[in-house]
Amino acid sequence: MIVAERKPFDEIKEMIKERKKVLNIGCGTCVAVCLAGGEKEVDVLTTEIEMARKMDENPIEIDKITIERQCDREYLEALDDMVKDYEALLSMACGAGIQFLAERYPEIPVYPAVNTTFIGINQNVGWYEERCRSCSSCVLGMTAGVCPVTMCAKGVFNGPCGGTNKGKCEISADQPCAWYQIYERLEKQGRLDEILEVVPAQDWENQKPRTVVQPGYEKVKEES
Amino acid sequence: MRLNYPTNIKIIRVPCTGKVDVMHMLGAINKGADGVYCVGCLEGSCHYNEGNLRCKERVNHVQTILEEVGIERDRVRMYNLSSGEGPTFAEYAKEMTEHIKNLGPNPLKNK
Repeated sequence: MIVAERKPFDEIKEMIKERKKVLNIGCGTCVAVCLAGGEKEVDVLTTEIEMARKMDENPIEIDKITIERQCDREYLEALDDMVKDYEALLSMACGAGIQFLAERYPEIPVYPAVNTTFIGINQNVGWYEERCRSCSSCVLGMTAGVCPVTMCAKGVFNGPCGGTNKGKCEISADQPCAWYQIYERLEKQGRLDEILEVVPAQDWENQKPRTVVQPGYEKVKEES
Repeated sequence: MRLNYPTNIKIIRVPCTGKVDVMHMLGAINKGADGVYCVGCLEGSCHYNEGNLRCKERVNHVQTILEEVGIERDRVRMYNLSSGEGPTFAEYAKEMTEHIKNLGPNPLKNK
């Protein structure tokens, strides 16, 4: 899931200080699950802004709505008749949702209320950890399910490097060495010889915006 | 026991303080309440294990929000007592009322 963190309140307040009528839009998918930008967080932020602006004697008219997904046209459509009444939009969706929202309403300023942080897992309620950098060249099969791109501080594709030290990385004693973990797990699974396989260098072409069209859906892209 | 406590306190009953949400407290302050306090069971004796501890965290969160907004953080407080402590309940009610009176009215009221 995509994990985000709400921006510091002062930063949000500063961004919209000149705006008098704003719509705060939440997203009911990833950011709702990671407790950053769902219905509840929208409620809290909207109230906080309202209170702060009253205190500053610069009142704001701020409304709120949470749609199922901001990265999906079908759901954004619900805002079409609504947004024209507002001076600006505040979005609590991930970076993808915010951009899609801004793309749909190019004449209205859109401000982000969260920082999109990573693709991660849920360790416990409110506790998330990064696990994937969406590099487009997954090697988890040969690294025993430990991602060297994300979990290795240097993102080394063929490791370990010379900086591995008793299970930790040379950059910090708090940073586990991903390649040590890969070694241990491969050994446990009796396939340590696979660590010798050389993985070709990352396809850096993946650094530019990527598009995925799933098999069987090619027609949709061609038609649009 | 027929104990007296200040009449300006409005009690909102919840099954457990774990039910109290950030928005309940924040909404009350935004609508002009001078203060909000949650009275939960003693720490370690929650019937639902950690409802009162969750409430405490939420009270802390609301206090941080109030600070960001520019309102005294101490307008929101958490108290704990056991269900058999009627006199303590009345005492907390008096203490909170005094405390809020010292702080004065909610600054949002006249805005």
